[in-house]
Amino acid sequence: MDNFNAAAQNRIYTKEEVCVGCRLCEIYCIAAHSEYRHDLIKTFKKLPKRPLPRIIVEEDRPVSFGLQCRHCDEPECVKACITGAMQKDAKTGIVINDTKRCIGCWTCILACPYGVIKRDYDNKKVASKCDLCIESNIEPACVKNCPNEALYIKPNLKVGIRSTQ
Amino acid sequence: MNYVIIGNSVAAVGAVEGIRKQDKTTPIIIISDEPYHAYSRPLISYYLGRQVTQESIYYRTEDFYRVNRVELILGIKAQQVDFDRKEVILQDGRRINYTKLLIATGGKPLIPPLEGIDKQNVFNFSKFDDVKNIEKVATEGSKAIVVGASFSGLKAVEALVQRGVKVTVIDIMDRIMPRVFDEAASQMALKTLEKYGVEILLKSTVQKILGDKTACGILLQDGRELFCDFIILAMGIRCNTDLVKDTKININRGIIVDNKMRTNVPDVYAAGDVAEGYNFIEQRNTEIPIIPNAYKQGETAGENMAGADKIFDKGFVMNSMPLFDLSIVSAGVSAPGEGINIKTIYDQGKNIYKKFYIKNNRLVGYLLINDIDRAGIYTDLIRRKVDISSFENKLGKEGFGFISLPKELRKHIILEG
Repeated sequence: MDNFNAAAQNRIYTKEEVCVGCRLCEIYCIAAHSEYRHDLIKTFKKLPKRPLPRIIVEEDRPVSFGLQCRHCDEPECVKACITGAMQKDAKTGIVINDTKRCIGCWTCILACPYGVIKRDYDNKKVASKCDLCIESNIEPACVKNCPNEALYIKPNLKVGIRSTQ
Repeated sequence: MNYVIIGNSVAAVGAVEGIRKQDKTTPIIIISDEPYHAYSRPLISYYLGRQVTQESIYYRTEDFYRVNRVELILGIKAQQVDFDRKEVILQDGRRINYTKLLIATGGKPLIPPLEGIDKQNVFNFSKFDDVKNIEKVATEGSKAIVVGASFSGLKAVEALVQRGVKVTVIDIMDRIMPRVFDEAASQMALKTLEKYGVEILLKSTVQKILGDKTACGILLQDGRELFCDFIILAMGIRCNTDLVKDTKININRGIIVDNKMRTNVPDVYAAGDVAEGYNFIEQRNTEIPIIPNAYKQGETAGENMAGADKIFDKGFVMNSMPLFDLSIVSAGVSAPGEGINIKTIYDQGKNIYKKFYIKNNRLVGYLLINDIDRAGIYTDLIRRKVDISSFENKLGKEGFGFISLPKELRKHIILEG
């Protein structure tokens, strides 16, 4: 209960000046969320249906950048969700969609100010979004594998403020 | 000291979560005439269509009330509120004292004074019990008439089709979902409905419901008779203010609340479909009967009941509705009006329709059919009242995103938060 209003400890940000638009973040994100986890070759060679990348790369040459869920302190998607599937985890502060409860009504897509939730029609028609690679328990794959450090993790200052209260 | 909440749906859950952000211990009592764990009302159509089970229509996990220390009084109606003695009087005569009260009694279906409306097999479509009754008669091959081509009427239609029921929809208007759809959007949805075998009769008014004890059809005003096994009425929802009618609480269409969800009566709050709160786009109080608004109003009420000073003044209507294979989202203004410029993109080949409502260089509303990805960016442009004049021509274009915004604005938005 102490963490009822937990804030995500980290957020991923982007530096459009150094993004080269290679989309490796998408590739590693797909692998990180496939059954082969971080094995790119198996993910792309063996899987007939791969997960969607949970990062969005926007591009209009020469500008490009990646964007993913901010795990907002006041998440619009969680408040808008009609089933209760989209929840902010009380301990980690990470916003997670429970795909078993999600019915694919897309109200979260309508609500998310960053436009980073996707329709996943291959996987049970549910909403797909960044989980900060929590299941694989490593540094987010997109950040780790960005060749030019265009994605970076910034601690959420609000977490620090809260802990001193 | 205690908190009492009348109602057990989204606004009530929002209030519990709001209270518990501020106050972990003071008892909370929830009173509802429905006997169920809080469930999501829109999911009744998914339940009827066998897309979800009873367990998955619940809006929060099973331990929600225990974890949040909520005492439940379910299956008993709150009959009256004695504001002077600060008591809620229940149907069985019990009196529940409150320190802070939230009225979250939701909406109730609009039932017109139609001849024959009391016959058996005439159903509303707003509560879980409605669909539990409908599923008994909605057998494969049966025939249904749905009155009202509204959002909820069309979700009923979809569910019935999924059960193998033959459906006819009747509406008095010349297009479906008239509040949100224009003629072109209505045509797209009509085509989809027809593809799934649904018969649609527009500009048709029900004269009376036919049948002996049990409904067997409908007589239209133009003299046509339609026969069926059961009827669903989906003609709209009204604020359910019955509990506080003719009391000192201020009611217009709904219970009037300020930005903190307070009514005019001290220590009494209202939230959700029963309330009439500030509408950010219309700049006046209106009912905003959608889940995101009910949750936020409930959460705001809860935090304030527990002593915080929170304001919610960003409510406006927004809806997402998958209908068969169509995806439909809309937010804000959805009709022409003074000073509103409308920009439309219609790609018949791709079956994509987009409509943007712009006023004083601000986006004030939109409708998207099928290409709905990243719709939330538009919603946020509305919320932030961003001056869109420098990128208005890019709205709705393929690949629209933060990349379409001026660099300074883009950085401001995506580098914050």
